[in-house]
Amino acid sequence: MTEFLEMGGYAKYVWSAFGLTLVVLVANIVVAQQQFRSVRTRLAQRWANQQQSPDL
Amino acid sequence: MTPRRQRMVGTGLVMAGVALAAVLALRAFQENLMFFYSPTDVIAGSAAEGTRFRLGGLVIDGSLRRETGSMEVRFDVTDTENTMTVVYAGVLPDLFREGQGVIANGYLQADGSFRADEVLAKHDEEYMPPEVARMLEERGHPVGSGTAAIEK
Amino acid sequence: MWTWFHKLGSPPHLYRLAGKLAPWLLWIAIVLIAVGTYGGLVLAPPDYQQGDGFRIIYVHAPSAWMSMSIYTVMATASAIGLIWRMKLAFAVAAASAPVGASFTFLALVTGAIWGQPMWGTWWVWDARLTSELILLFVYFGYMGLRAAFSEVQKADRASAVLAIVGVVNLPIIHYSVVWWNTLHQVSTVTKLDNPSISMDMLWPLLVMIVGFNLFYIAILATRVRSEVLGRERNARWVGEALDDLLPENRVTA
Repeated sequence: MTEFLEMGGYAKYVWSAFGLTLVVLVANIVVAQQQFRSVRTRLAQRWANQQQSPDL
Repeated sequence: MTPRRQRMVGTGLVMAGVALAAVLALRAFQENLMFFYSPTDVIAGSAAEGTRFRLGGLVIDGSLRRETGSMEVRFDVTDTENTMTVVYAGVLPDLFREGQGVIANGYLQADGSFRADEVLAKHDEEYMPPEVARMLEERGHPVGSGTAAIEK
Repeated sequence: MWTWFHKLGSPPHLYRLAGKLAPWLLWIAIVLIAVGTYGGLVLAPPDYQQGDGFRIIYVHAPSAWMSMSIYTVMATASAIGLIWRMKLAFAVAAASAPVGASFTFLALVTGAIWGQPMWGTWWVWDARLTSELILLFVYFGYMGLRAAFSEVQKADRASAVLAIVGVVNLPIIHYSVVWWNTLHQVSTVTKLDNPSISMDMLWPLLVMIVGFNLFYIAILATRVRSEVLGRERNARWVGEALDDLLPENRVTA
């Protein structure tokens, strides 16, 4: 196991590359889903306001 | 011509124009886009003495010599036609091997040798397990010569 | 086939279809990336020259691949949007840019991490590295240009022209290693008939590339949904699509 983690002496390079990739992938998921949720709540509010005052 | 056709032709013309401009610009900067010169380029006079440039080639097997009592190393670099000696004091990258491609950054000295202050290892695009490399070696196929990386 | 195509062109259908597909695509992508990572880190043998250091290829090469293929999608969608005046094509282009930029960033940084021990340097200004950096700036320029317009239609057209002009950089990136002397080596995998990599090292790489592609499509699906909602905000179907978020009184009103 430690041998695996050491990556033949390249541990810091291999693990930082894979770690950064994980961070970027997860960030892509989180940002896309948060953006979707915020667009939905914003538009829902807009629709609700329009319902209350249809003349505007 | 329908408006859609017009837009299609317009888009096509923009792309053609940009492509042409890019080709012309790249041709003009051809020299500057070369990351390194081979020993043959240097001997042909592409790089002037005293100015800085990068020299690329294969390290000749058995040519690596360490000066006793100093960090300085010397090795010969070839493009299979011409050869130059590189003098370097510093840390060599992991992939530096005899028979492998290197790129040295520095300048020509009066004695015709190349004084480098940076040596980068150039590797080829081949990846294989050590056993496969050994097997190929035994069957007489030289591997890791790096020739693919240097000869274009 | 055509009815299917037309349905895809209708915003509410695309919105619903993307919503159904996104979670599936994302899970398949995650599984493939996990398998590819395991294959690359554990099952693949070390390289005869680079030892375990070569394993960075399993994140670097797929990222670099995606940086260019996402740009191709973005530019193609932009051209379709300009020529056929297809709003949804613009939505796809706009939704692709941030994902493409993130993969370009990843390709550059993992490349630097790989270059340091192997070449002996984090960065050099050779043709391959420089043209890939320019790609990142083109993505930034595209997103910046869009942000500069308050009107979506104007942003769509202006940024589409930029995306199409930027296509010229793609062949330069791809062939830079052939046309000029570079520190970067030539391509390993694109010679599919005869790749310069042994099979037990190649398959995790291919799994990773497929996984990254599906990952992009999954993120694209979610981002396109946001884009479509924003663009169609006054359409009746949007009100219906947001039903679960609207207050009760809407039904009685």
